[in-house]
Amino acid sequence: MTTYQEFIQQNEGRDGVRFSWNLWPSSRLEATRLVVPVSCLFTPLKERPDLPPVQYEPVLCSRANCKAVLNPLCQVDFRAKIWACNFCFQRNPFPPSYAGISEVNQPAELMPQFSTIEYIVQRGPPAPLIFLYVVDTCLEEEDLQALKESLQMSLSLLPPNALVGLITFGRMVQVHELSCEGIAKSYVFRGTKDLSSKQIQEMLGLTKPAASGQQGRPLAPQDAAASCRFLQPVQKVDMNLTDLLGELQRDPWPVPQGKRPLRSTGVALSVAVGLLEGTFPNTGARVMLFIGGPPTQGPGMVVGDELKTPIRSWHDIQKDNARHLKKATKYYEAMANRSAVNGHSIDIYACALDQTGLLEMKCLSNLTGGHIVMGDSFNTSLFKQTFQRVFSKDYNGDFRMAFGGVLEVKTSRELKVCGAIGPCVSLNSKGSCVSENEMGIGGTSQWKVCSINPSTTLGFYFEVVNQHNAPVPQGGRGAIQFVTQYQHSNTQRRIRVTTIARNWADAQSQIQHIESSFDQEAAAVLMARLGVFRAESEEGPDVLRWLDRQLIRLFMFHLRRSPFLQVFNNSPDESSYYRHHFVRQDLTQSLIMIQPILYSYSFYGPPEPVLLDSSSILPDRILLMDTFFQLVIYHGETIAQWRKAGYQDMAEHEVFKLLLQAPLDDAQEILQTRFPMPRYIDTEHGGSQARFLLSKVNPSQTHNNLYAWGQETGAPILTDDVSLQVFMDHLKKLAVSSSA
Amino acid sequence: MNVNQHTPMASPYGQPQPGYSQPGYVPLDGGYPGPYAPYNGPASPYQPGAPPQGISGPARGPPTTGPLPVSAPHQYNQYSHSQGDMQNGPPPMTQAQPRPPVSQPYNPGAMNMSGPHPTYPQHYGPPPTMQQVSNQMSGMQITSGPPTPAGPGYAPPHSSQPPVSTAYSAPPPPSYTQAPPPVSSAPTQPPPPSGPAASQQYYGSPPPPSQQPFNSSLPPTSQQQFTSSSVPPPPSQQTLPPSSYSGPAPPPGQAPAPPVSQPQQSFPPSQPPPTSQPAFTPGPPPTAPGSFTPQAPPPSSQSGSFPPPGPPPTSAPSCQYPGPLPPQQQPPPSQPFPYHSGPPPPRAQMPPTSMAQSNHLPPGPQGPPGPPGPLQQPPSQPGMQTGYPPQQNGAFGQVRGPQPGYAGPYPGQPNYGAPAPAPAPAPPAQKRLDPDAIPSPQASDMPAVQKSRHRIDPDAIPSPIQVIEDDKAKSTEPFTTGVRGQAPPLVTTNFQVKDQGNASPRFVRCTAYNMPCTADMAKQSQVPLAAVVKPLAMLPPDETPPYLVDHGEGGPIRCNRCKAYMCPYMQFIEGGRRFQCGFCSCVTEVPPHYFQHLDHTGKRVDCYDRPELSLGSYEFLATVDYCKNNKLPQPPAFIFLIDVSYNAVKSGMVNIVCQELKTLLDYLPRENPEMDSAVRVGFVTYNKVLHFYNVKSSLAQPQMLVVSDVSDMFVPLLDGFLVNVNESRLVIESLLDQIPEMFADTRETETVFGPVIQAGLEALKAADCAGKLFVFHTSLPIAEAPGKLKNREDKKLIGTDKEKSLFQPQVGFYNTLAKECVAQGCCVDLFLFPNQYVDVATLGVVPVSTGGSVYKYTYFQAQLDQERFLNDLRRDVQKLVGFDAVMRVRTSTGIRATDFFGSFFMSNTTDVELAGLDCDKAITVEFKHDDKLSEETGALMQCAVLYTSCSGQRRLRIHNMAVNCCSQLADLYRNCETDTIINFFSKYAFRGVLNNPTKAVRDTLVNQCAQILACYRKNCASPSSAGQLILPECMKLLPVYLNCVLKSDVLLPGADVSLDDRAYLRQLISCMDVTETHVFFYPRLLPLMKLESGSLPVAVRDSEERLSKGGVYLLETGLHLFLWVGASVQQELLLNIFGTPSFGQIDSSMTSLPVLDNPFSQRLREIIDSFRAQRSRYMKLMVVKQEDRAELIFRHFLVEDKSASGGASYVDFLCHMHKEIRQLLS
Repeated sequence: MTTYQEFIQQNEGRDGVRFSWNLWPSSRLEATRLVVPVSCLFTPLKERPDLPPVQYEPVLCSRANCKAVLNPLCQVDFRAKIWACNFCFQRNPFPPSYAGISEVNQPAELMPQFSTIEYIVQRGPPAPLIFLYVVDTCLEEEDLQALKESLQMSLSLLPPNALVGLITFGRMVQVHELSCEGIAKSYVFRGTKDLSSKQIQEMLGLTKPAASGQQGRPLAPQDAAASCRFLQPVQKVDMNLTDLLGELQRDPWPVPQGKRPLRSTGVALSVAVGLLEGTFPNTGARVMLFIGGPPTQGPGMVVGDELKTPIRSWHDIQKDNARHLKKATKYYEAMANRSAVNGHSIDIYACALDQTGLLEMKCLSNLTGGHIVMGDSFNTSLFKQTFQRVFSKDYNGDFRMAFGGVLEVKTSRELKVCGAIGPCVSLNSKGSCVSENEMGIGGTSQWKVCSINPSTTLGFYFEVVNQHNAPVPQGGRGAIQFVTQYQHSNTQRRIRVTTIARNWADAQSQIQHIESSFDQEAAAVLMARLGVFRAESEEGPDVLRWLDRQLIRLFMFHLRRSPFLQVFNNSPDESSYYRHHFVRQDLTQSLIMIQPILYSYSFYGPPEPVLLDSSSILPDRILLMDTFFQLVIYHGETIAQWRKAGYQDMAEHEVFKLLLQAPLDDAQEILQTRFPMPRYIDTEHGGSQARFLLSKVNPSQTHNNLYAWGQETGAPILTDDVSLQVFMDHLKKLAVSSSA
Repeated sequence: MNVNQHTPMASPYGQPQPGYSQPGYVPLDGGYPGPYAPYNGPASPYQPGAPPQGISGPARGPPTTGPLPVSAPHQYNQYSHSQGDMQNGPPPMTQAQPRPPVSQPYNPGAMNMSGPHPTYPQHYGPPPTMQQVSNQMSGMQITSGPPTPAGPGYAPPHSSQPPVSTAYSAPPPPSYTQAPPPVSSAPTQPPPPSGPAASQQYYGSPPPPSQQPFNSSLPPTSQQQFTSSSVPPPPSQQTLPPSSYSGPAPPPGQAPAPPVSQPQQSFPPSQPPPTSQPAFTPGPPPTAPGSFTPQAPPPSSQSGSFPPPGPPPTSAPSCQYPGPLPPQQQPPPSQPFPYHSGPPPPRAQMPPTSMAQSNHLPPGPQGPPGPPGPLQQPPSQPGMQTGYPPQQNGAFGQVRGPQPGYAGPYPGQPNYGAPAPAPAPAPPAQKRLDPDAIPSPQASDMPAVQKSRHRIDPDAIPSPIQVIEDDKAKSTEPFTTGVRGQAPPLVTTNFQVKDQGNASPRFVRCTAYNMPCTADMAKQSQVPLAAVVKPLAMLPPDETPPYLVDHGEGGPIRCNRCKAYMCPYMQFIEGGRRFQCGFCSCVTEVPPHYFQHLDHTGKRVDCYDRPELSLGSYEFLATVDYCKNNKLPQPPAFIFLIDVSYNAVKSGMVNIVCQELKTLLDYLPRENPEMDSAVRVGFVTYNKVLHFYNVKSSLAQPQMLVVSDVSDMFVPLLDGFLVNVNESRLVIESLLDQIPEMFADTRETETVFGPVIQAGLEALKAADCAGKLFVFHTSLPIAEAPGKLKNREDKKLIGTDKEKSLFQPQVGFYNTLAKECVAQGCCVDLFLFPNQYVDVATLGVVPVSTGGSVYKYTYFQAQLDQERFLNDLRRDVQKLVGFDAVMRVRTSTGIRATDFFGSFFMSNTTDVELAGLDCDKAITVEFKHDDKLSEETGALMQCAVLYTSCSGQRRLRIHNMAVNCCSQLADLYRNCETDTIINFFSKYAFRGVLNNPTKAVRDTLVNQCAQILACYRKNCASPSSAGQLILPECMKLLPVYLNCVLKSDVLLPGADVSLDDRAYLRQLISCMDVTETHVFFYPRLLPLMKLESGSLPVAVRDSEERLSKGGVYLLETGLHLFLWVGASVQQELLLNIFGTPSFGQIDSSMTSLPVLDNPFSQRLREIIDSFRAQRSRYMKLMVVKQEDRAELIFRHFLVEDKSASGGASYVDFLCHMHKEIRQLLS
């Protein structure tokens, strides 16, 4: 018998699923007592190089409200050519094409190793990928130049048949027509005017076909032609677009002293969304928004153009002093929803030293599965490489991205789904397996995930609805099926089906088994997601209190201190950014985010992970901290002095050189795979950037207790935060008193 | 009179005045040279008069080469020269005389009006007695001698060249008349010694010589009269020679004839000179015959002139008439006489003068044309010559009278006549003609009129052509503006202007140069008091444009109270330390830097060094205080907005515009021809959406920016939209090349309009400058956008009370927009290319309110209309224009400017705001009394226009004008200008249709006109029978012109006139100056049978009966140009003009005449070109063949005839007017 550890890893490797409990309490009452709900992290498009897709349609249960897919858990009567649905117990005949089926000739979907299987289906004409660049021109010359280069470079990464479009904006919004020869044409919109989708399409001349259609002329060709003016195959307009990008100028309107440039981000997005809505609804498309500052005019304005009015801070928000916040948020949410309905995702690449309004705009990406990348400048490798990585390809040479995903969850009768947390929106599909008890985005059994990449991970929360007095028969298994339909980056439509089953256990008699099936990491992440989800919509302290009431483990100490729940020291934009990534990364990455990893390099042995504690900060060590967003290399005091003295350059100190090199190599390895690129920081004892490390470690030594402890080890942290020790003490006290 | 007026001016003027007389001249020359030297040739102007003559002599000389003609001219020349040579004194006289005519002519008119009548009679009485007889019949005295020879002489030519002869015949008379005048003048001069005193009064001291002769001949008492009567003639004579040549020279003789006749009349008085006659007669007779045949034009005129003499013999005329009417004629005379019975003889005498005024002669010539023929016909051709005499003589008039027997032909007239006759059966109720008013000098006309009582003889009623030609004849000398209250020559006359303290008539023309002193008088007379100001008018090359004065940082010196700018009316006092404002009398300190000592006359020593102290028009450099936002303006910008919808592309408009702009952009207005224009340009195309173009010089290719959000227009770019042409030339050319291609396949038919203007406006706002939009538009803007319009053309509304709504804008949007445009200094010029109704009334709102222009090319076809459009466009782009202008008219206490008409916007009651003001725009200003004026100071007005020049300089243009004030109504009527009054009336009426039913507007006009004339009759005219129509000399054309206004398409539309056309005309006329309204309402109709280089044929009246079937005529209205070809035109003419021998082969769709290598064709094309050059809009040539369908359009412009839309004929209207007047009087 394998250990749960192995079981869990095996399941994760095969199905991309991590459950908080791997044995399920068989009654509602018992499940509630466990505090951590039955829930899972699911990575729908987990990369499976070993899983070749099959080229036929899945077989569906014929019950109208079930439609579960034939899977290895189904009972099959090979002679009668009948299979029984394991969710609704409907008996279904196999379709004619399965006539040859027998016990020795089973289709793949019936084999246990194919609990996850992918179908390629033929539905409609293949839709091209669409990339619509929405570029802010209110940038510094240097930034704009870097951005232009990145964009030009990206053209070479796109598949030749992908459609590209370009919208630039500043005070005005320009939609560039790419098809014309000679004169470069663009349609211009005023940056202050909120336009409906219909108006935008009319103004872009996209509704014309309708008019001529009345004359009985076919729509299709014109439709295509019309949209083609703005969205053209890369191969056709490559040169044109490169030139066009090259000629892009900074926004020419003068910016008076003491003002911000007028940036019509809201209208630009509205035009982009409207354009795609009108031309390619329900086709995979990415709107890629590049901004160098906050929207300062028109709908979606985040801050006025007066420089003397700073952009809102958490303080302002808490004081209800952010005038544009609600309006802008509402505006972008509406836009995100429209975009999501059509299956278009929106990426935000924000590079500026100040905030850019991510707080208001985050939903654009959160709801549509888009990326958010935050940096200081477009002229940094952080942006350049991250952007390049968006277009990374898998082992088949296909983009690591999929579009227009619809994820459906089916459960066996004892379970109902409460909700999902991740880059998705509800499709409001009520069904028998939908719980009234909402956790995350609930009330539905289907979610739309406009853009999915292999690491996109959603948290699903379930509820055991089996009543205590109707026990599940011994050995009974509960089943959950995830059906993900999506548009593959090679334009194929695919369906991936993952069916998993877990045993039911009676909590009273088998409590130890259940306990041992607990997946601490998964539970931690899942609970953290719940916390973040709440933090987004509720007051910070309430969330903490809620969290405290829940089961608390070690990591909770770090979670409480993390930027996902704490806004102190973070701008609203940063908080949004961190949370955005937290709810979509897979378990490993999520854990890193909650509790950064700290490696220590020294002459005393190979690199070793050390406690995230101030006591780990020693003069003769090099520390490598990975917080997911930052990668910090910290040279201890002594090491730093040595390095300054140039020992590494001396032949006799070859070892020192190697020591210095080791963390760099490891960091490079992480940088290679991480998306988005973490901020890479190389610092030393006393360096200003050392704050990144000091703010993360457990303040076991602070200025308050340093002398009391009187120890030489570690570095004191100047903070009033409680240390883990204090926290634990407090917890224990609480636990006793509460039980009392 | 003049002298008195002078007083206001700087004393120098006073001196000059005397200068008018010979003595005066000398001083002028001497005095002016110093001060004026800088401005213009000093006294030279005066002298020029003389030289011209000499020149003319030589000029004629050539023609003289012709056998006979030569002789005649020579004589002329000789005379003039001889005079000069003969008597040192005399020469000046001759010179002086010319002037007197100028001023005098008015007097005569006035005279006739009021007191004159009595005087006239006297004058005439005396001289006529003897000569009269002959005079009456022929050209007066002259006739006697020459007549016989002339008669024969003519006869031969005619016979030799039948067709030509007819033409000739007509012309000759005129020439004759002219000829005679000189003769008479010559004779007159000799006499001078006798009557100097009298003459002096009129002319000033000098004139005497000329007058003297007259006086001598005439009773001394009559001097005044004489002068009056004689005056006109002399000028005409002198002037005529040159002018007459040009005029008469042309074969059309007919037209010219009339004018000639006048001169003749004038001669009559001078006739006494008969002595001279001999010389003449001898010369002429021989010349006439020979000359005629050889040199058609010149000789004809000359010969013609001579011939008239022939006609004089009453018998001769009769003979001529005889053919057709002879019998009648004679009888009529007798009959008329009966009417005149009492007066006959005197009348006869009287008539001549009146005749001259009324242009009786013309009729004669006209007679020849077909229709009138029956009546006048006979006389016409042969009679032409003879005819003239008759005109002068009452007898002839009578003759026509009988013709009037037309009764048949003019059925309508009877009606009118009916009323008239009733009162005075004997006296036909025509103009001045009084049957009873024997005494009245004008009586001469009377007789003719009398005949008409039943049916009026069109020849007997005042002829515009006659008046025009008379005025031309008078105006040989430069017109100097130094004399207050002096009416300038008519707009139809070519003359040079010398600015001596009042604005040139090219800048300002007034309806009255003698304003009534009190409001009561003004109200009583009903004469509108108005000025037509054309602030940026272009001056001919021989006149100096206004000088630019810089008063330094403090800006122009102004009166402290009324803020009037420094001008010649400011009186410096206290040794020059302060000045008293001529407008409000307030005393203001002279700033130290402007101080200057006064000389002994109280004038500043530097008076002549400073334009603002000595000239009527000049400019000040404005300081920053005069600028918007206290910021010096940016150079203006031109934005071209081109419709690229289906229609625009298909008609070829887009292509033409783009091609043209490539070269036209090199001709943007600039002040210094050496420099590049400072004007920046921008381009927009549009259909349902707008396309802006970035043509920044750094771009390899232009960029197009499409703005589809037409509901909320904005400018999508800043940098690169407005560019310097030279810097961005390549990009612009590339753009203009590509625009036609880009839209070649467009299927978009809908357009917007409001947003187009908004776009231009926003662009100018963004660039923070003023400028002009050139909008090329094709169709009714029905696309969804602000300013969207619907088709509301509803012919059923015409004639109803709702008709006015058709002239009002359909939506209020454009009014608001116009206001914004004006605030920014955004002038809009609209070029329309409609294929159907586009609602000009609404689309024109913005152009009209911003000082822009509307051009309309209905059914535009690239081939046919390209030339017209391109010429208009070129002119429009290149012409001098000012931006962001504000005009303010200040007046002396007692009157004030109360109303303004033109293309502008007013946000208060005093400031006329013009986003753009170009050199073709005129503004009519109406004045009302708010107190009494004094005769001593007269009435002053100062029109100040603050504007930004095309180079971005802020300037003030000042025009000063002083007129006299009078306490006698007669003075008022003596110094009016009918053309200006018509200009005012038309604008007044055309604005009235916005708010009143058209019929009410027409009635108002008729009433006011009747009141004006009735007031004159009641207060100024000598007592006469009620049935007599007496018109003031200066206003004798008021009825005919007013009728033209009433018949215009705006006030009385025909069935085929579209609402757009009416709205278009309405807007167009609102900013026309007097020259343009004149030719618009009374088109110029030139007979082309004979052409001379250097002069134009004398025009004929706008009536079908003046057209000869065998002739070719050119008709010009300022907007249209027709070449009418008679059905039986001579082959030779056709060959010369069209290069085809057959009438049927003429291609009536041609828009330009073939270039043929013969003098006739060259000259004709020259004439056409010169006409086009004179007008602000290019006239497309339409060839109209008689009895062709297109003739209907042409006939529309024969304004003396009944119009198809129901407009009255001249005669009918005159009768109607007479009736109205009589009703008022009773």
